[in-house]
Amino acid sequence: MQAFRLVVEYYNYFVTIFLMVAGLYVVIARGNMIKKLVGLAIFQTSVYLLYITPGKILGGTAPILDPAFKVYSNPLPHVLILTAIVVGVATLALGLALVARINEAYGSIEEDETFERDREA
Amino acid sequence: MRQRSLFGVVILSGVYSFLMASVLIVLDAVDVAMTEASVGAGVSTVLLLATLHLTKTTEATSFRGTMIPLFVAVVTGAALIWSTFDLPPFGTAEAPIHKHVAPYYLENSLRETTVPNVVTSVLADYRGYDTLGETTVIFTAGIGVMLLLRGARRRDRAADVEGSS
Amino acid sequence: MSLDLILRIGTKLILPFILLFALYVQFHGEYGPGGGFQAGVITAGMVILFAITFGLRAAKRIAPQALVERMVPLGVLIFAGTGVLGLLLGHNYLDYGPLAHDPAHGRVLGIFLVEAGVLVTVSGTMTALFYAFAERGR
Repeated sequence: MQAFRLVVEYYNYFVTIFLMVAGLYVVIARGNMIKKLVGLAIFQTSVYLLYITPGKILGGTAPILDPAFKVYSNPLPHVLILTAIVVGVATLALGLALVARINEAYGSIEEDETFERDREA
Repeated sequence: MRQRSLFGVVILSGVYSFLMASVLIVLDAVDVAMTEASVGAGVSTVLLLATLHLTKTTEATSFRGTMIPLFVAVVTGAALIWSTFDLPPFGTAEAPIHKHVAPYYLENSLRETTVPNVVTSVLADYRGYDTLGETTVIFTAGIGVMLLLRGARRRDRAADVEGSS
Repeated sequence: MSLDLILRIGTKLILPFILLFALYVQFHGEYGPGGGFQAGVITAGMVILFAITFGLRAAKRIAPQALVERMVPLGVLIFAGTGVLGLLLGHNYLDYGPLAHDPAHGRVLGIFLVEAGVLVTVSGTMTALFYAFAERGR
C-alpha cells in the first residue's frame, strides 16, 4: 500500500523523467539531425512538465481570478514556461536552418556521413 | 519499432504536442496549453516540414550501437528517480513553491493591475524584465535564421564563377 | 488547379475567422487565457496557411516581406520603449504606474502596450521564419 501511494504521489515526476530520458536517448543514439532536433523538443517538453507539475494544487483551478473560486494553481511556472515554449520554437528554427545549410554543404543530414566527409577533406 | 520516414516522425511529434497540450490543461496551465497547441503543433510542424522539403525525407541506415546510449539514459533516469522522492508530493498546497511570491501575485493582481488573469499580469508587469529578455531572444533567433538562410547560396555562385573563369 | 478547390475555398472562408480569433486572444488575454505570444503565433499561422494554399507570392502580397522583417525589431522597440517611458516619468524601468493618473490604470495601459510589442515581434518573427525556409526551397 505504501509503495502504491508513493507511485501515485510521484507519478507525474516519473512521466517527466521518462520523457527526459527518452529525449536524451534520441539525442545520443540517433545520427539523423532532424531526429536529434525532435529528441531535443521531447526533452524540452519534459522540462515544461517539470515546471508545471509542482505548481498544480489538487482542487485548485487555473489562475484566472474569479469570486467563485478560492484555490488557484501557482501562476509563476506558467509564465516562465509560456515564454520558454515560444523561445523553444525560435531556437528549433535556428537549428533547422543550420541543418538546411549543413545539407547544402555536405549533401547529407546524417551525423556519421558529415564526419566522414570531414575526415576525407 | 523504428520510423525511418522522417515525415512520419514530424507528424508524430505534432500529435505529441497536442497530447502535451491536453496534459497541460489538466494541470491548470491553460495559457501554456494554448501556446503549446499553437506553437508546438502548428509552427514547429510547419518548420520541420519545410526543412524536410529542403533536405531528405528518409533516414539512412546507421551502424551505431544502441547499448551505450541506452546505458547512459537508464543510469540518468535511475538517478533522477532516486532523487525524486525528496520533492514534495504532487498537488499539495503546502509545497514550498506555493509559499514564496505566488500568494502575493494572486492576492494583489486584481487590486494593483485590475487584470484578472494572473498569468498575464505577472508576464507583462511583475516580471516584465523576463518577458523583455525572451522577446529579445526570439528577435535574435529570427535574425540568425534570416542570416543563415537568406545568404542566398553565395558560395555556390562564387564557386561557379571560379570554375568558369 | 481544380483538384484543390475545397482547400482554396475553405482557406478563404476560414482566414478572417483565424484573424478574428487572434485579435480576440490578444485583447481578451487579460480576462481569459491568451496574450501576445499566442496571438502572434495564430496571426503568423494565418499567413502560413495562406502561403501553403495560394503560394508564397500571393502571401507576400498580403504580408510584404519588408513589413514582416521590420516588425521583428519593431516589437522589441515597443516593449523597451514602454519601459523607457516609465523611466522618463521618473519611475523605474518597466514600471507602468505613472502612465495614467491612477497607478492601476497605468499598469493596464502598460500591459496592453507590452503585449502589443510581443504580438508584433512574435508574429513578425514566425512569418519571417516561414518565408526564409520557403524561399530557400525554390
